[in-house]
Amino acid sequence: MIEEKFDAIVVGAGMSGNAAALTMAKRGMKVLQLERGEYAGSKNVQGAILYADMLEKLIPDFRDDAPLERHLVEQRFWLMDDRSHFGVHYRSEDFNEERPNRYTIIRAQFDKWFSSKVREAGATVLCETTVTELARDAHGKVIGVHTDRRDGEIHADVVVLAEGVNGLLGTRARLRERPKPDKVALAVKEMHFLPRETIEAHFNLKGDEGVVVEAAGTISRGMTGMGFIYANKECISIGIGCIVADFQRTGETPYGLLDRFKRHPSVAPLIEGSEVKEYSAHLIPEGGYKAIPQLYGDGWVVVGDAAQLNNAIHREGSNLAMTSGRIAAEAIVQVKSRRQPMTAANLSVYKKMLDESFVIKDLKKHKDMPMLMHTNSQNFFLTYPQLVSRAMQNYVRVDGTPKAEKEKGTLKSFVNARSWTGLFGDAFRIARAWR
Amino acid sequence: MNVETSVRVEDKLFYNRYLVDVGRPHVKVRAHTSPSPQLLALLKVCPARCYELNDKGQVEVTVDGCIECGTCRVIGEPTGDIEWSYPRGGYGVLFKFG
Repeated sequence: MIEEKFDAIVVGAGMSGNAAALTMAKRGMKVLQLERGEYAGSKNVQGAILYADMLEKLIPDFRDDAPLERHLVEQRFWLMDDRSHFGVHYRSEDFNEERPNRYTIIRAQFDKWFSSKVREAGATVLCETTVTELARDAHGKVIGVHTDRRDGEIHADVVVLAEGVNGLLGTRARLRERPKPDKVALAVKEMHFLPRETIEAHFNLKGDEGVVVEAAGTISRGMTGMGFIYANKECISIGIGCIVADFQRTGETPYGLLDRFKRHPSVAPLIEGSEVKEYSAHLIPEGGYKAIPQLYGDGWVVVGDAAQLNNAIHREGSNLAMTSGRIAAEAIVQVKSRRQPMTAANLSVYKKMLDESFVIKDLKKHKDMPMLMHTNSQNFFLTYPQLVSRAMQNYVRVDGTPKAEKEKGTLKSFVNARSWTGLFGDAFRIARAWR
Repeated sequence: MNVETSVRVEDKLFYNRYLVDVGRPHVKVRAHTSPSPQLLALLKVCPARCYELNDKGQVEVTVDGCIECGTCRVIGEPTGDIEWSYPRGGYGVLFKFG
């Protein structure tokens, strides 16, 4: 056993764990962070987009040395059927600003950098160490962890569970439930390398400008899911994810979906000639507000993906992870500075502070969206994309048909597919869930 | 017609780096005579195609190419069909980009 006792142990070195460890170490706490990968980042997978605001709150001058890829100047949303896409693109010169708001990043590289900041702040970071179990006293209070190192029991006043969406510790200790197949998505991703000039030409970019494409429609074969394409400096992250229960129900394969997405006529030219250098997969929490578990207890708090803190509607996760890690750490620092014990009652301040932040406010706002998208996946991901494609083609194709007749035809196709009641019902349900 | 059969998952896994913990698989399938629907689902949903049918019609797992997503745990652990742990520290997939 390591005789030394720590103020806090952080399990995991992803966005939430690094944010928590950094915040506590900066405030003079004695912090041990444990990570099972060979270095921080080697087990972490994300698209990935970094949101500057949330990182600035931790490392104000991160732009000086963080490994950033491209700052985003353009967002493309695509509604796809098998041969077309209908796009809404927003691009603005305002995004070419001194302190850009969003960047693409490569997680393994970014997390390594983030971890170096945690070490600089004074935390002890131990990699290649898998935490196997929580150590608890006779009353059930968490008092530390067991690891797979020899004599691996280590004690601390509080354990921060930043163990990710598939965290085993908290579920094994029955602090929260294992994620259910209908509350998580499986996403697969490939890294496609191309010379940077080629990427800039394919995506209409100059310098370090970047673009994000998010796509939904028949690419997910009627399942709830979406595809994404992110431009990095010298590679393109391309992937697709769907709810696990939908994969189970349909028998679709994740690599089959990715292959079809890559061969779509709107996508293939973007990655043409590229060399693939990695294939990864990861789960994404999709249950939203209603899936958030108990966030604290005697001697522990849970943060980030492990706490299901992911905004599926806005495709934000890493910022919620970073913010929940920081807030949990601030709550712990507060309890410690009052010389109070790390009991559930004292740690409840974490939840109070998180409730006041955008993290819970945003998830609460969209609490009904995940279920709506899931129960109506055939309509939202198959029927409507096909209808929109036909409507757009009808609109742009000039063939001598009078416009009134064309418009009547389009309207009729929507009513035939969904009926008036269905159309109004869908509009109403979306409006209500979005509100 | 079937696209899936044309996708060579093993070629994709070849891009990745692994440190295999020989003789200590982190995922195990419970012994069975005929597989449950959950086990059968894993044949298709596992992104690294780690699950295969043997000639007796039982589901087997080979974890060498596992990318540690946890999908099989979410599906197969509640029914007791599989046992899932993380690999020992330092072992398993080692992402270069992630």
